[in-house]
Amino acid sequence: MWKWLHPYAKAERAYQLCNTLLPYFAVITLVCLVIGWVWGLAYAPADYQQKDSYRIIFIHVPSAILSMGAYSSMAIAAIIALVWQIRNAELAVISIAPVGAAMTAIALLTGAAWGKPMWGAWWVWDARLTSELILLFLYFGVLSLYHAFEDKKSAGRAACILAVVGVINLPIIHFSVEWWNTLHQGSTITKFDTSAIDPSMLWPLLINIVAFAGFVGLVTLIRLKNEIIQHEKHRPWVRELVGRGE
Amino acid sequence: MQFESFSEFLAMGGYGFYVWLSFGSCSAILLAIFISSLRDGYKLRDEVRAQMRREERIKQAKQQEQV
Repeated sequence: MWKWLHPYAKAERAYQLCNTLLPYFAVITLVCLVIGWVWGLAYAPADYQQKDSYRIIFIHVPSAILSMGAYSSMAIAAIIALVWQIRNAELAVISIAPVGAAMTAIALLTGAAWGKPMWGAWWVWDARLTSELILLFLYFGVLSLYHAFEDKKSAGRAACILAVVGVINLPIIHFSVEWWNTLHQGSTITKFDTSAIDPSMLWPLLINIVAFAGFVGLVTLIRLKNEIIQHEKHRPWVRELVGRGE
Repeated sequence: MQFESFSEFLAMGGYGFYVWLSFGSCSAILLAIFISSLRDGYKLRDEVRAQMRREERIKQAKQQEQV
């Protein structure tokens, strides 16, 4: 079963796979981002309670979901790197982390800009907001740990261990609105039975989630290509590739 | 279309500042990380090419010494 996966442990094959996937991610991101933003900003109806301020949801929710999604994929890559000692998985961890941090920063910033008109405060030390802020620090921690070591072997291992340990924060973020009495509103779309959102708002939201997921994938691929070249820069295949001007 | 005019669209029913602050900071972050990732790649490839040229020059210099 694992046979078809195994060749991708080789850097050259992984690099080629990145090149194959890149254009698809680029197109999906661009198309969904344009449709999602125009639909969300101009065509979706205004909310009966929050009026037009709720339109921030179209970037706040996707970035928040992806901040956790990116962390999960980073943690999975970290486990693979630790257990099977696959170097590419380690490089993937380091490629995902900055994008995940960007998503977390967007979720926090848009949340602040939404909180001010709705709650009257840019920031409150609420369980949801605090745990999301910890997620941002976890991303920074993984990155700075990796760059703190001169020897990249131990650097990779340390960063991976922190990434795996930090997973404990994900369920805390997700259930924080249920476990504690928070100012942050409850889930909108992940209620299992019926979604608490009208289709006219749900569709642009879903398109934006796809757009943000595409963006995370796209930038991760670009960064992973860079990391592979950085790591393999003395190998003939990289020399040939770079010499061709690619 | 939910808005009658462009100025109404910008006003966002009085919440314009917050909505555009969100979308503005979001675009800025997305663009910044996208462009810096691409730029890192170009810089890295230039460095590898420079290193290759350097090694080529060293090789040539060594050959001339032998002659």
